[in-house]
Amino acid sequence: MAEFALKVRRYDPESGEAAYWEEFDVDLPPERSVLDGILKYKDEEDASLAIRCSCRAAICGSCGVKINGQSALACNTRISDAAEKAKDGAIVVEPMGNMPVLKDLIVDMDAVHWKKIQRVVPWLLPEGDPPEREYIVPAESMIDVTQSMACIQCGACVSACLSMEVDPDFIGPAALAKAYRFVGDPRDAHTEERLADLAEDPHGIYDCTHCFACIEVCPKGVDPMNQIMRLRRHATADHEIKDGNNGYGHEKAFVDIIEKWGTLHEAQVLPRSYGEGSMLKGQTDPKAVKQLAGSLSTVVHALRSGKVTPRKALLHHKLPDQDQVRRIYHEIESKDERLELNMYIVGEGDAGLGEDEGEQADKEPAMGETGADQ
Amino acid sequence: MKLAYWPGCVSRGFTPELHGSMAKVAPKLDLELVELDRANCCGAGVIAEHNQELVDSLNARTFALAQQVEGAMGMMNICSTCQGAQSECQERLDADSAYRRHVNGHLEPEGLSYEHDGAWWNKNFLWLLVEDIGLDKLRSRVERPLHGLKVAPFYGCYVVRPTTRLGYDHYPERGQYLEMVISAIGAEPVDYAGRHKCCGFPVITMNKATSLRQAGRHLADAIDADADCLVTPCPLCHLNLDMQQPDASKYVERDLNVPVLHFPQLIGLALGLEPKELGMDKHVVKTRDVQRKVADLAAA
Repeated sequence: MAEFALKVRRYDPESGEAAYWEEFDVDLPPERSVLDGILKYKDEEDASLAIRCSCRAAICGSCGVKINGQSALACNTRISDAAEKAKDGAIVVEPMGNMPVLKDLIVDMDAVHWKKIQRVVPWLLPEGDPPEREYIVPAESMIDVTQSMACIQCGACVSACLSMEVDPDFIGPAALAKAYRFVGDPRDAHTEERLADLAEDPHGIYDCTHCFACIEVCPKGVDPMNQIMRLRRHATADHEIKDGNNGYGHEKAFVDIIEKWGTLHEAQVLPRSYGEGSMLKGQTDPKAVKQLAGSLSTVVHALRSGKVTPRKALLHHKLPDQDQVRRIYHEIESKDERLELNMYIVGEGDAGLGEDEGEQADKEPAMGETGADQ
Repeated sequence: MKLAYWPGCVSRGFTPELHGSMAKVAPKLDLELVELDRANCCGAGVIAEHNQELVDSLNARTFALAQQVEGAMGMMNICSTCQGAQSECQERLDADSAYRRHVNGHLEPEGLSYEHDGAWWNKNFLWLLVEDIGLDKLRSRVERPLHGLKVAPFYGCYVVRPTTRLGYDHYPERGQYLEMVISAIGAEPVDYAGRHKCCGFPVITMNKATSLRQAGRHLADAIDADADCLVTPCPLCHLNLDMQQPDASKYVERDLNVPVLHFPQLIGLALGLEPKELGMDKHVVKTRDVQRKVADLAAA
């Protein structure tokens, strides 16, 4: 047994009082969880402390909270580990972020998380009459979606999402991971409509800043951001959906610039992005010109500070070995299908074990092939 | 210490003061930097969302070029985004030898190959400074302790998350290094909400409001915590926090006007270099007040 100090955020809407911190100690064996600590206090000292929980085994996804500022499942976090990371001695437990608090550690999942899940049409939309028995799909076609299927809907990623912090309308990591579960499913017949919908929404796939916060906190290894990146690959590289948010344009601009010069020619990123990848369109299309004009103040600031010169904006050096970069680019881009190493199922490989070429040498790479016509 | 050096695109593009200040700081810390002038863009997360095999091959090419630099301890970068984007590719290349062979096949015509020997590394200058140069050596080289300067650290997502990919198992304090360095050079680290958050830069062309509200909020938090300036090891963060700061101010509806230093600039000041040599006149938000403070220190 050891004594652990906890500092819990309390809030009771019926009391009319503001939220406050409550500090208490619990005696527990160090291998027990933060949830055990809270439940012990609730059981022995104050039954009014509110927390949602059920399975206590990281399966039901009910007990999402913030522990020392980090979103996590209370049942899945050892109380001794949390105590080690506690800044001022006490383990700080708060309700999850980005969702309204109902009471103490309970947030309104309906108002945010479940509403967003509904938004992405989270069911299969097959076409034609259903088969007499079950749908049969090749096993390897499901490799790609197994990771998003591991989600237990705990909302830790929603709580941690840094885009949602400034844009509450962002569809967000959990719902977009769920969207990929159906986009990547070969039985679904509305792949392109789903992608177009999520690409055109100003709060859709292009509202994610790749901050990795959702990947860091997910207790199930779903890596929601990686699913958002998969959605982007399908939307841009495969389906070439030219969205109104410049998502397609930005990606095309970037990749084309690297094909041409090898390093980033920054001054061309904006016009090309606004022109759906085309430099000419970016400077002539009225919508693109309007967006360029909106960036004018930044350009003026950059020129005035001397960090950008007109010469640098116009000219960009090609790499000495640019033909190598170009050859690699065309070798890969000319393939009919994209190749992806699925880290969710590889993971164990020979990473960190040093050289063990012998064992791995004859193994096929665990790559998923993702084609446009899936 | 000899290193293969990848400066990245932005440090030679829109933030030339970063590349320049690193060049001034390197000899002061006995670093011999062999610039990888034939290496390509890391992809900055964007090529990865286009085609993983392409971004893995391009970065394998960079790693292979770095491994050819004779006598180099490893590869150094000066950009959080390069670090994260390259670590992501390295993770995939190291995880599966069959995949690695496949990717190396794309480099074969030029006789290049990325070798996974478990010992080779690619580190941001911040990590290298703490882990391989050491804070004791840094302290011994300080000519101008920055006493009284309050510095808010801004790491950049790509050197903060995901911790499993970024070596935090071996180096659990990587998320504290900026504070440790700021203290080592005599300045005062400022604690504020934004230190590990996102600058918003990756969506600046797609959702300006989401992008600049993030930048603006972190700058405002740093100001409210009484910071004289911010410091960042990421030039892309610098673009949103400095170059876009006047616009960000509109999105958070308040005055900002707080200077943002590149990490090597801050080190350079402590090592006795002059603000002008470090390109501190090439910022959108003027660094005058920081310069004045530093000048007063020299006089005192």
